[in-house]
Amino acid sequence: MFAEPPVNPDSGASSKESHAEPLVEIRDLCFRRGDQLIFADLNLDLPCGLVTAVMGPSGSGKTTLLKLITGQLKPDAGSIRVAGEEITRLDQQGLFRLRRRMGMLFQSSALLTDLSVFDNVAYPLREHTRLSPSLIRKLVLLKLEAVGLRGAWSLMPSELSGGMARRVALARAIALDPMMILYDEPFTGQDPISMGMLMALIRKLNDAARLTSILVSHDVQETLRIADWIYLIAEGRVLAQGTPAALTRDPSPWVRQFLDGLPDGPVHFHYPAPPLAKDLLGWG
Amino acid sequence: MGMTRTALMQLGTSVLAGLERLGRAHLLLLATLCASDEVLRRPRLVLEQVFNIGTLSLVIVGVSGLFVGMVLGLQGYTVLAKFGAAESLGILVAASLVRELGPVVTALLVAGRAGSALTAEIGLMKATEQLAALEMMAVDPIRRILAPRLLGGLISMPLLAAIFSAVGVVGGYFVGVGLLGVDAGAYWGQMQARIDVQEDLVNGVIKSLVFGLVVTSVALFQGYEAVPTAEGVSRATTRAVVQSALLVLGLDFILTALMFGGD
Repeated sequence: MFAEPPVNPDSGASSKESHAEPLVEIRDLCFRRGDQLIFADLNLDLPCGLVTAVMGPSGSGKTTLLKLITGQLKPDAGSIRVAGEEITRLDQQGLFRLRRRMGMLFQSSALLTDLSVFDNVAYPLREHTRLSPSLIRKLVLLKLEAVGLRGAWSLMPSELSGGMARRVALARAIALDPMMILYDEPFTGQDPISMGMLMALIRKLNDAARLTSILVSHDVQETLRIADWIYLIAEGRVLAQGTPAALTRDPSPWVRQFLDGLPDGPVHFHYPAPPLAKDLLGWG
Repeated sequence: MGMTRTALMQLGTSVLAGLERLGRAHLLLLATLCASDEVLRRPRLVLEQVFNIGTLSLVIVGVSGLFVGMVLGLQGYTVLAKFGAAESLGILVAASLVRELGPVVTALLVAGRAGSALTAEIGLMKATEQLAALEMMAVDPIRRILAPRLLGGLISMPLLAAIFSAVGVVGGYFVGVGLLGVDAGAYWGQMQARIDVQEDLVNGVIKSLVFGLVVTSVALFQGYEAVPTAEGVSRATTRAVVQSALLVLGLDFILTALMFGGD
């Protein structure tokens, strides 16, 4: 049962942060995909104004969790409240109303490939506001300036590197000045320089724009450096949580295996299988 | 007994899955039609699709129409000349094109060129999370992506079929009058006298509209439901072309029976 406050006292976080109200509250969440149980009675609080990371091995349901928080998937049971609204009960209009206050950075960047960088960032502004073209132009250039790509406004997505595409997608995600940004594996496939830029951007955007950031990742070192609070999930539940400092001191075997990248431990190297001798000799 | 039972269960499962898919296809079509008011707000979206589906298909439709008309002129002359009715070549070419070949062959060509492109485009948008990104930006992909394409297909198909038929009539003229010596006045005169606006032209347009709806909606559904992988998009594209072609041919028979069955 979820009972702990969302911020560990050892974290060194300010008192303001440690009493942050949760922007997202997840209670008793159950979700299945076919016969596979992804989440079983999952409980999470994602506090306002912090960078909260959800980490876990591949296939542990991290991206699924983001899709559940944003209403792209419906849970089998449980409650997900975002900014006080029960997301599982919202119709499409309600979901769209809430999503205008959210930004999401997809793993594949998901830029619209037939639009230029400028038009991609301008897209949500043109869809949801009645701003004049000159004001939209200024806003787009400011958002692109924030991610360091104002000079690339005329390029097409096919002309961007992976890191640039992700930064353009980030500029698009913040175009409507959301209350919350969700990052799906933002560091995957990035070179060290792009990774450093993204880490700095995530942290600076969160602090400068007073956002709430939810970061899903399995890149341990990068996430430990920028997150205020970390949930480690596996087997459909939260196995550990705490500040980066607290988790790096956590002696439990599972936490150690995940954070230190050990090849064997509570998560076995071998996929469950019958004994090797039986497999090799069984078919004559 | 056990094997029969298993086979029956598999058959039942397949039939149920097929019916469920058919239901989803119709629900998506209904949702897309209901979302078509978007074009009143942004007619440019439909114009872009008329260009993609219609204008970009002009070459293949025009060239095919020319050759089909030429073959009709040649074959028609060979048969009609045996009965001393070569002057009726114009009416044969025109009626064949306007009633049947224009709508049907155009629909098959559009399914192959534009329908497959639509399925691949939507499928890839799904695979690269562009549709999910639209939803996350509070933009309904059915309204913004599917509805303009459906209307673009509906508008393009009758226009393309008309161009196919017109070019085909000219092709028949080249062969019949230019090469085989049919009287030009008889070719055009009989066509003018015997082609009926209601019975031939309007029915041809109705067929084209139905085929436009079928070809475009099948292509959109297959793309929207594609498994978001390279193989999934490839399979969806193949399915879109095959299903569109079979539906067009099957519906053509039903529509022809309804329109001309009592003649």
